[in-house]
Amino acid sequence: MIQGKHLIEPENLSLEDLEDLFQIAERIEKDPVYLRSSCKGKILATLFFEPSTRTRLSFEAAMLRLGGSCLGFAEPGSSSVAKGESLADTIRTVACYADCIVMRNPKEGAALLASRYSEVPIINAGDGGHHHPTQTLTDLHTIRQLRGTTAGLTIGFCGDLKFGRTVHSLAKGLARYPSNRMIFISPPELRIPDYIKQGVLEKQGIPYLETDRLEKVMGDLDVLYMTRVQRERFFNEEDYIRLKDSYILTREKLKSARPDLLILHPLPRVNEIAVEVDQDPRAVYFKQVKYGMYIRMALLASLMGTVS
Amino acid sequence: MLNIAKIKNGIVIDHIKAGQGLRIFNWLGLGKAPYTVAFVVNAESKRMGRKDIIKIDNEIKIDFAVLGLIDPNITVNIIENERVTEKIRLRLPERVENVLICRNPRCITATETYAPHIFHLVDEKTGTYRCEYCDDLRTTEDFR
Repeated sequence: MIQGKHLIEPENLSLEDLEDLFQIAERIEKDPVYLRSSCKGKILATLFFEPSTRTRLSFEAAMLRLGGSCLGFAEPGSSSVAKGESLADTIRTVACYADCIVMRNPKEGAALLASRYSEVPIINAGDGGHHHPTQTLTDLHTIRQLRGTTAGLTIGFCGDLKFGRTVHSLAKGLARYPSNRMIFISPPELRIPDYIKQGVLEKQGIPYLETDRLEKVMGDLDVLYMTRVQRERFFNEEDYIRLKDSYILTREKLKSARPDLLILHPLPRVNEIAVEVDQDPRAVYFKQVKYGMYIRMALLASLMGTVS
Repeated sequence: MLNIAKIKNGIVIDHIKAGQGLRIFNWLGLGKAPYTVAFVVNAESKRMGRKDIIKIDNEIKIDFAVLGLIDPNITVNIIENERVTEKIRLRLPERVENVLICRNPRCITATETYAPHIFHLVDEKTGTYRCEYCDDLRTTEDFR
């Protein structure tokens, strides 16, 4: 039962909570009427301190499809944050208007701090390069729906693993299921951080491998999670230009991949997945978008206590 | 041989690593204390070879968390009527607040200055702490 909880990182939800959400999302997908008016009269605040199209629209679509409404801001310049208001005061104020707050902020730990000042559930929509738990829910739900399980898999993460918050969250999420193995594919400068390797994987005895060659490991993968090298996470432009095209997935590279491989991407993609790959049935990143809306519907209804 | 008289009621901070005593002395503000304080540098120690000792002839409140961070091998003896009534062996605290400072410029504590800097112990052997907000790792060596 997650009513009233904050969702700051995936570990805030137990495995039972996750399974409940997956089942609710699955039912939402199959039954067009299920929960469609469950949030009538409820308000979701979307506070986006940095740009987002997909996540913000996904949450807003989810809330509207549940019969609720939305308010908020899409960039801080249009709020009192531009006048220097603290995060704590912003949250205290918005919590007076809304039943739930979704927040994206460039600073790591922002959602956790916000949760200390909010009487309504806070959902972390991304805090800097740190966590993005609802993307993890989306990714896990996609894998579960298309593969039938989230255990016993070999998952490859490719691209920007250092600043890629979706990678950190998904790695931690998958670490909770048995018999998973992870392969991290990146240039040396963008390696997965120690707090994931040592703090999570080694601590739980989860096998992992690091490599800088996608082709070397393609045939071993059940899931390939591609990520964009993000300009906004770099402090200087030169480093970004040097690294941005490090790994591009093409039809050619997929020749050694398994026929049942799932190719995921949190989107937006720039050029790291060639457009020619979109036609490959293993490319499921647009199905991922839809699963993301369903799982967010399940999450919002559950947090606001409107699941019948 | 240097002899320091026993204190009647107070605290003896013993087994301070030689050279670290002045840091503790200053952190406790003992240079401005209105009561008697003895600060011994480089005393002989069977256990450590050399050590610093601080004797405080007054009952004062000490933040054992910070003391443990500076040196977890320190022993604190509580003295009452010239007798040791309690021996406190320090260890690294599980959680510290506003003692270690997060140096990650991407952390929310860098801009929201009212937010307390909270760290949790992740590895007692290496003295590694994790920022509660950004998960950045720091060690007690950074503090010392």
